[in-house]
Amino acid sequence: MDPSRKRRVRLVAALTTAVLLAGALVWTSFGSAAQTRTPSQLLASASAGQSYQLTGKVVPGYTRDGTVTNFRVRDRTGTASVPVRYAGELPDPFRGGREVIVNVRKQGGVFVGEKDTLVTKCPSKFSAAKPKSQS
Amino acid sequence: MLVAGKACLILAFVTCLYGAGASIYGGRTRRRDWVASGRRAVYALFGTVLVAFVILEAAFLRSDFSFDLVYAHSSTTTPTFYRMAAPWSSQEGSLLLWLLLLSFWSSLILHFSKDRLREVAPYATAVLLGFGTFFAGLLVFMESPFQSLSGFVPAEGVGLNPLLRHPSMMIHPPMLYSGYTLFTVPFAFAVGALLTRRLNTDWIRSTRPFALAAWLCLGVGIVLGARWSYQELGWGGYWAWDPVENASLMPWLTGTAFLHSVMIQEKRGMLKVWNVSLVLATGVLAILGTFLVRSGILQSIHAFGASTLGIPFLILLIVMIGGSIALVASRSRELRTEHRLDSLLSREAAFLGNNLVLVAMCFVVFWGTFFPLISKAISGSESSVGPPWFDRYTVPLALVLVLLSGVGPLIAWRRATFANFRRNLLVPTGVAAVVLLAVAVFVGRSATALAMFALGAFVLAGVGQELWRGVRARRAMNGGSLPRALVTLVQRNRRRYGGYLVHAGVAILFVGIAASSSFQQARDVKLTAGQSARVGDYTLTYMRPTSRLVAAGNGRLERIDFGADVRVVKGGKVLETLHTHRSYYPSIGPMLGPVSRFFEGETESQVGLDAGFSRDVWTAVAPDTSLLRPVIRQGDSVFEGPGAKLPQAQRDELLAKTLVGLTDRYVRDTPPATFRMLVSPLVNWIWFGAMIVALGGLIAIWPSPRTVGRRVSAAYAARVGREARQPVGV
Repeated sequence: MDPSRKRRVRLVAALTTAVLLAGALVWTSFGSAAQTRTPSQLLASASAGQSYQLTGKVVPGYTRDGTVTNFRVRDRTGTASVPVRYAGELPDPFRGGREVIVNVRKQGGVFVGEKDTLVTKCPSKFSAAKPKSQS
Repeated sequence: MLVAGKACLILAFVTCLYGAGASIYGGRTRRRDWVASGRRAVYALFGTVLVAFVILEAAFLRSDFSFDLVYAHSSTTTPTFYRMAAPWSSQEGSLLLWLLLLSFWSSLILHFSKDRLREVAPYATAVLLGFGTFFAGLLVFMESPFQSLSGFVPAEGVGLNPLLRHPSMMIHPPMLYSGYTLFTVPFAFAVGALLTRRLNTDWIRSTRPFALAAWLCLGVGIVLGARWSYQELGWGGYWAWDPVENASLMPWLTGTAFLHSVMIQEKRGMLKVWNVSLVLATGVLAILGTFLVRSGILQSIHAFGASTLGIPFLILLIVMIGGSIALVASRSRELRTEHRLDSLLSREAAFLGNNLVLVAMCFVVFWGTFFPLISKAISGSESSVGPPWFDRYTVPLALVLVLLSGVGPLIAWRRATFANFRRNLLVPTGVAAVVLLAVAVFVGRSATALAMFALGAFVLAGVGQELWRGVRARRAMNGGSLPRALVTLVQRNRRRYGGYLVHAGVAILFVGIAASSSFQQARDVKLTAGQSARVGDYTLTYMRPTSRLVAAGNGRLERIDFGADVRVVKGGKVLETLHTHRSYYPSIGPMLGPVSRFFEGETESQVGLDAGFSRDVWTAVAPDTSLLRPVIRQGDSVFEGPGAKLPQAQRDELLAKTLVGLTDRYVRDTPPATFRMLVSPLVNWIWFGAMIVALGGLIAIWPSPRTVGRRVSAAYAARVGREARQPVGV
């Protein structure tokens, strides 16, 4: 095979492989993704057993029973809330009023958190509550 | 001081504008005086921003709460060490640090290259000052660190988030920012080279130490962040595929690809388009990382929803991406390759393979990170992918990467013969096979972990073989002892052997990741004092509760710790007694009572860790403070009632007694506590591997005296030649 033809074959093979891999990547990402939902969206429509990524703020007044925590998550700007039951360790910044992200599945009237998926937004960096300031 | 700080920032902004204009004018008209003036503007920028930064640091050290930023991110009880780090825990302070580091690295490269790259440097200076203008503009017009509180100066500040009170946090952000800002240096010189069509390897050679330093700083920053997460966040992991973590990983991956592929251009004149694209992409990804942290466009554990900087960063990114594509497309003729790949059995092919794997990894991380936006754009419904999706792609790619990092150093440039290839790979392959068998028999069944162990052994054996061959050849030529020959060998070719050491470190690091993620054993248990839980071969016993009040350096109460002593036993033998606690920091909320404020503020876990060569035993406690709630409420009511009339000194004394009583009560009537307990094999290999990578990187960066001499004379000769023959300008 002459060198230029050999190069073309290699190029086509490499591009085909890349396209196939990229296709697999795209396909699996849609197939295995958890839909991101706010509490009001979950209240409107949530299928039992389906995994959702719930984002919102923790309503003050949660309860702990051993390693299980029962709390409600509300919309960032709103009052609609859903009950969540989560088994496992809570991150240090977890408390009422904090934003959380957790993967949940609906079981009866409760959304059960998937293990080790609960994260609390770090309250530190760029969102400290400031008193009125002047430039 | 606020006024002085603001004046410095305005001066910095004006200096950037002037310097960028002077550099472009000097470059276009070939006026050396204007080019030099532009360069001096960079030095002036560094000086000005340094003064601003010192003013801010001094305000933090003095706890000057007339600075809004100091009030919001520090307090008198924040230890001095962490007060120094507090400026970059804020949006404004971190932007100032970004600008300081950008101006420092820019000054350094322009100082060292002032007698070289005369055509390219003015445009590179303009690009660097363009970044400076952008960040100085943000600090002047949008996020000034020198704002004051109106009307009053509080006696106490909010305090630094306790989660950031970890030694890693002192170094982690400056290292990440150094990585990001250092990557703008090769980006700027690549743009300069493209604009002036000076696309030989001169700009690459000049900026290579900066690209290496960027890669090293970013890598160290990433590992420090992982270590902080492991020790501080109370979940026992070191990587969560969070968007902000991913943002730092992406430029590191493309930067690693560039550092390899650039060798092919230097040696063979190949991959010019690829290299310049990698440099530009890395620069864009560095800014993208900064954009992700501040825009709030993706859900992340890092809070930046309040930021308003998304739009300016988006505009900057569009300019960078559009400009980069236009420049590369318009210079395609000059970027034509000088040679073709001779054989798939060559070092070039191995490097090309490694580049494709690294870029594929970067694409996977990019796709997964931005999937919420992509899915919303395509399907109208926002979705996200989790760690299992990332692992599905990055694990096999990491295996191929480690394999290639082992093969690369063992294979010849241009065209290797099969006989040579076989001879070089015989020992490493044999070692890998032995390790594979041993681990399969004695350890376990995880296929990916087994493969990683074998490939790690392959890389280490390959590096060992190369070092041994080099030392043997050196001793045959010059004699001397083995250690001396080894040192001389490395000294004489620091880039090569530094690179080998990096490969060895990466192999060790990946083995640590494979072992700790595949064979980790974890339990979440609720125990009362005296009860035990079994984790793997270890028995962990909750021995006793602990509590204490911790005072700051100024004598004021900083926090309350509730914790536990946990005894670790294996095979009937007591190995260690670990201490873990959770710290409760007071809130300054005005509606909270003096006692309850200690339980409504931030908390921070201190893990109990018995770290070893072969495994870590890790535990974190979550104390149950529910039984204390009635006592806390009672304490608050005392201070609202009769206690309210007491003088301040007596109130303080009463509060101290109440809190002492509270801590005694926790130890006396302690309820069951919840523990997370982990036994993770080879975690220390991750940190040890990272240290070897850093050492290798430092060796590769460090210029040997001979190289410096050679570079100076070569630069001088090149300058004389260019000045004699070549016109200047775009």
